[in-house]
Amino acid sequence: MTDGTARGVGLSPVAALDPPRLSGWGQLGVRARERLDEDLVRLTERAVLSRGLGRSYGDSALPPPSCDEVAGTRLADRILAFDPGTGRIRVEAGVSIGTLVWTFLPRGFFPPVTPGTQFVTVGGAVASDVHGKNHHVAGCFGAHVDELRIRVADGRIVDCSRTRHPDLFRATLGGMGLTGHVLEVAFRMERVPSGWVFHEAERIDDVETFVARLEEAAAAWPMTMGWVDCATRGRGLGRGILQRGRWADPTEAPPSPPSPLPERVVPFSMPNWAINRLTTRIFNELYYRKQIPRSTWGIVHPERFFYPLDALRHWYRLYGPRGFTQYQCVLPKPNAPVKARRFLELLTSRGGASPLCVIKDCGPQGEGILSFPMEGISIAVDLWIDDRTQSLVDALNEYVIDAGGRIYLTKDALTRPEHFRAMEPRLPEFEAVRRAWDPDLTIRSHQSVRLFGDPP
Amino acid sequence: MNIALLGATRGIGRALARLAAARGDRLVLLGRDRGTLERSAADLAARTGRPEPPVVECDLDRPEDFGAAVDAAFDALGGRIDAFVVTAARFATQEALEDDLEETAVLLRVDFTHTIVLCEHVRRRFEAQGGGTIAVFSSVAGDAPRKPVAIYGAAKAGLSHYVLSMDLRHRDRGIRYVCIKPGFVRTQMTAGLPEPPFAADPDVVAARALRAIDKAAPEAYVPAIWRLVMLVIRHLPRAVMRRVGF
Repeated sequence: MTDGTARGVGLSPVAALDPPRLSGWGQLGVRARERLDEDLVRLTERAVLSRGLGRSYGDSALPPPSCDEVAGTRLADRILAFDPGTGRIRVEAGVSIGTLVWTFLPRGFFPPVTPGTQFVTVGGAVASDVHGKNHHVAGCFGAHVDELRIRVADGRIVDCSRTRHPDLFRATLGGMGLTGHVLEVAFRMERVPSGWVFHEAERIDDVETFVARLEEAAAAWPMTMGWVDCATRGRGLGRGILQRGRWADPTEAPPSPPSPLPERVVPFSMPNWAINRLTTRIFNELYYRKQIPRSTWGIVHPERFFYPLDALRHWYRLYGPRGFTQYQCVLPKPNAPVKARRFLELLTSRGGASPLCVIKDCGPQGEGILSFPMEGISIAVDLWIDDRTQSLVDALNEYVIDAGGRIYLTKDALTRPEHFRAMEPRLPEFEAVRRAWDPDLTIRSHQSVRLFGDPP
Repeated sequence: MNIALLGATRGIGRALARLAAARGDRLVLLGRDRGTLERSAADLAARTGRPEPPVVECDLDRPEDFGAAVDAAFDALGGRIDAFVVTAARFATQEALEDDLEETAVLLRVDFTHTIVLCEHVRRRFEAQGGGTIAVFSSVAGDAPRKPVAIYGAAKAGLSHYVLSMDLRHRDRGIRYVCIKPGFVRTQMTAGLPEPPFAADPDVVAARALRAIDKAAPEAYVPAIWRLVMLVIRHLPRAVMRRVGF
């Protein structure tokens, strides 16, 4: 039983596949397995693609159709060096952001950039050039990387940096693992005054105000983001809750560093209908009204601030066996507020309702040739898979192309190659570097076959 | 506590080394390859902010070197070791072993003969020292005849027999043996195998194993549910065991 929507790109709801099966976070997958080894040098010898903790939503970490195996890096999780004087650190690619948080927060250090989940590897953070709530001041993860050790397609192990093989370095930041297997990463941890976060949450009435308030907040706060209700139409479209944060001073923080919070588990897959347009509207209404006063503030646990969804293990099960995807795009300045409203109008008019819609203003584009963020507004929405998802993604992509924006490959499962090419003028530069290191395109993914036109 | 760990660079041993280092135990890491031992030592130093633990090369397939390796491990910790832990072992599926007699011979001698010979070296040092804990990772595979682990299980059955018997002989004199029996653990060793119920992650298994080593409990199933599972399996009629794949 293959879902009609997902069949177009060769993915099936993973629940319907016979083992061995492998999927992205959205639970769309293929028949393939993950080979694991603590020794990345051995593991990547003939591998077609490396995969970290599998948190990319679509098919970025799945093998191409002609291949049924990827190299799973997550057991290669050694920290090779750390200098508490400077924060410089060198790790194997399979170390997770969560390991870094809980190992070094008690010692006054935090990863320089973290995505919305701690369950990603550093290798994955490089491949996706992840961004976080501090993008407007800190840029992407790659901005903090000093050196990468990569196994390239011909089997050589190459160290690259801004001065050695800078082409390979820039292509690998945000290069979706297509330039080679990242073995080791040297980067700088950020020194923090305490392990706790001072946070303010403010209710916002509509999307234009939201974008304006995000911009104001960015000037004064190192961390900002917002949750948007994208189930309400009309004047209240894009209402939501704006979050601002900074690391707490030792004087205002609790005396002891935070410890990891217990997680709750979604024990089994919900039925497909559990999240539908109605339950989404009810959830959004409740979430929007969860705080009585317009503004609240205080000291919060860093996990509550950075990783609210990590508290619910296997939360993908809420969407049921049909699977889901996330659509994330960035809409560039100028006129970002207008573009954001049009985007949400298009989404709601085509019936796309999402319990999770996140909005964030991005700073300037980073060094990574294919790195996602650019100056503007980024919007991310979860979409469950049904008959209309493909056409919705097509329509959103057409709008993003018109607006001069682009999508985040790490989230994507359904974009068409012609749309990708239209929104990605940087692709020829990336492909030139990639072919210089891998003329036969042996390192590739299910996603690169779909979007870049790689050999299957 | 001073702990020597053979097999500390991978899987459960790696998780165990991290837990012990985090709480301040003094470690010496033993393993086959100096390069990977040094990377693991660096990892423990980076994670704890303390100096790198010493490393000693020791290959379970080179019994002629055991005496020197055990002496070197004692020397590295100033002459005293409180617990000597062996997590190293070979594993292959029953199908692979049936196809490859060479590998069968290696697995049997590493997981059974040589592991016991190594423990004997350690016991002699512990007798001179006046006591100590020898903790050996056996497996639930040695608890009952089962289709998927006939050969590997035979080696582990023999190993469990040795460890549990030696504990009877020597516990009164201060040499305490801990037979640790993990169930299915998600490591590189088991990657790609179909996952049975009660599969566990290495850090969970390591935490419970470390508690058993602290208490010097003679036998520890990790996770604990496997004690019950194996109790049931041992009492199932052979007619049933012939029909199930477990």
